[in-house]
Amino acid sequence: MKFVDEYRDASAAHRYAEAIARIATRPWVIMEICGGQTHSILRHGIDRMLPTGVSLLHGPGCPVCVTPAEIIDAAIGIAGEPGVIFCSFGDMLRVPGEGGSLLAAKARGADVRIVYSPLDAVTIARANPRRQVVFFAIGFETTAPTTAMAVAQAAREDLGNFSLLVSHVLVPPAIEALLAAPDNTVQGFLAAGHVCTVMGVEAYAPLARRFGVPIVVTGFEPVDLLQGLHLCIRQLEEGRAEVENQYSRSVRAEGNQVARQLIRKVFEIRTQRWRGIGEIAASGLGLAPAYARYDALARFGRVIRPSAAEGECISGVILRGLKKPGDCPAFGTRCTPEHPLGATMVSSEGACAAYYRYRRLGTSPVAAALAEEIRR
Amino acid sequence: MSDRASFAPVCPMPADAAEEIQLAHGGGGGMTQRLIEEIFRPAFAASPGELVHDGAVLELGGARIAFTTDSYVVRPLFFPGGDIGSLAVNGTVNDLAMCGAQPLYLSLGLVLEEGLPIELLRRVVASVRCAADAAGVRVVTGDTKVVERGKGDGVYVNTAGVGLVVARRPVAPAEVRPGDVVLLSGDVGRHGVAIMSVREGLQFESAIESDCAPLAGLVLAMIEAGVELHCLRDLTRGGLATALIEIAEAGKVDIRVSEAAVAVSDPVRGACEILGLDPLYVANEGRCIAFVAPEQAERALAIMRRHPLGAGAAAIGTVEPGTGMGVVLRGLLGGSRVLDMLSGEQLPRIC
Repeated sequence: MKFVDEYRDASAAHRYAEAIARIATRPWVIMEICGGQTHSILRHGIDRMLPTGVSLLHGPGCPVCVTPAEIIDAAIGIAGEPGVIFCSFGDMLRVPGEGGSLLAAKARGADVRIVYSPLDAVTIARANPRRQVVFFAIGFETTAPTTAMAVAQAAREDLGNFSLLVSHVLVPPAIEALLAAPDNTVQGFLAAGHVCTVMGVEAYAPLARRFGVPIVVTGFEPVDLLQGLHLCIRQLEEGRAEVENQYSRSVRAEGNQVARQLIRKVFEIRTQRWRGIGEIAASGLGLAPAYARYDALARFGRVIRPSAAEGECISGVILRGLKKPGDCPAFGTRCTPEHPLGATMVSSEGACAAYYRYRRLGTSPVAAALAEEIRR
Repeated sequence: MSDRASFAPVCPMPADAAEEIQLAHGGGGGMTQRLIEEIFRPAFAASPGELVHDGAVLELGGARIAFTTDSYVVRPLFFPGGDIGSLAVNGTVNDLAMCGAQPLYLSLGLVLEEGLPIELLRRVVASVRCAADAAGVRVVTGDTKVVERGKGDGVYVNTAGVGLVVARRPVAPAEVRPGDVVLLSGDVGRHGVAIMSVREGLQFESAIESDCAPLAGLVLAMIEAGVELHCLRDLTRGGLATALIEIAEAGKVDIRVSEAAVAVSDPVRGACEILGLDPLYVANEGRCIAFVAPEQAERALAIMRRHPLGAGAAAIGTVEPGTGMGVVLRGLLGGSRVLDMLSGEQLPRIC
């Protein structure tokens, strides 16, 4: 299959792993931003192909994981209103807020539907003029353009029964927050290729300069990731801190201008809470005043109050790369995909779920047996 | 930039207790397993050896009979490569075949929704007949109920089936031995992707058809040739991965599988990439795995490949003594990982 097979080629992957081993003279800490990259790294065992000194930290780039619990509770509340059809991406349904999950709300009778695109929700609204149709707009800069398209389409058709619960987040402010934190250990970043396909790479150069970290825009397949790591480590070894583009088959420096214009037209930048991390200035998107009538919170009279409850989940430290899932005492015991204590265990892109699925607990007999297997 | 106080790592998250039945309880994964362990097994005082396989083997008047039942609630009723009628026949025929039995007789229970066009019922029943003829079984009894409009999805079908066990030795996870070779009858993921593509209105360049087919012929060909089948399993809900995990658990063995040996057609791979699904966990309706002793593996594979439904058969792994690890998949890049049972349904990823 084109654009997949050549980037999963075992010999190419091993060549890059060897090249990394040749140039790495010191320990380095590198963070991949995107949950899709985390998933691919664990699935293909890429972290085990690296020299022992090079460690990978898993960033906050899982949109499902960072959506605040209070937004999920608002979603469940709106979904339970009479006559509402609530549309969401599939992997958001299992994430619990404080009042259960959308999947449980569905089991109790709410009309919750999985869609693949916000435009599907517009189609549903058009076909059901007597029902209120709400789309749960989450995700990074990758999904924001299609949300914007849906809003623009609804405005063009003057659809009065369509609205959105918006919780879009932006990557560069999150990187800035991570780097500015006093306990930061990250020395280099793999930026998320798909986000840069939309937004371009210009936002990253000031970050690389200000914090002295290399940032390599990287794809998602094994060979992409190893090539991105090779570029990043080469910069670190040579004392450079630049923005490089490994994912040039998809990313252009200026990004996708049409998509960026659409985002600028429909949204405005606002302060956003990230689940487990906290408030980050200018890190979220809300509907611009011209489109405020499509805001589901206003339409259903809901006010968001930051959730105050505390749990034993340490996903905040994990999302910031300070700990790994196996460091959590609840991991794999009290916290499993079936009984998640935190969002990072729920989403298929969450670091804990990926560790659980690909069994990476440091000291378990399973891990020991696996290590033995690899030595063989 | 936010101040440090608001940057505190806290993730409030109560456990999801799932007090109501959710769709995933019928998904064949971990949640289905829990229903069996917590509700069904205690209710029927079944021993751990019972209620694990999709069919039961019973001694009746000197004969060994395989007995099974299955309900079909597929939506849409007609999909590329099959429909609820052919599915209801093949699914039950396959459950019997996986017991090492020659499927013989089926019952047909129909739950119809008020307002269903009779013409549609005719098409479903014609499809049942056609599939039964193809599988060499007869529908000998049945039942019809009608529910109010809005209380059903058009047609629900239940079939129960009986067959005569022809395998000379038991066919069950407990019979799996270290050294056994795992044979897979063809490429995986077609049925689940075909259903999802029509259900969600996804258009792919080439239509993906369900693999829905009766596997009894394939199994009987091996038994007649003297192959001793230690265990068989059709790869329905939960796909290849779930079947392997269940057998490893029930048989108390480890199973090592090579990802490169598991065939997935390009259209199915492409669809899975787009939807964020793992083809190893996607449902099939015409594929099975067989566990055979190493000395018989080559011959069993040759017999499979001669059968039209086994043309793409391959040896995908081996059984090793149980260490509690379960199923270990050797990935395309050479690294290994443990396969885990999904807790609920696979949900399409966001990006």
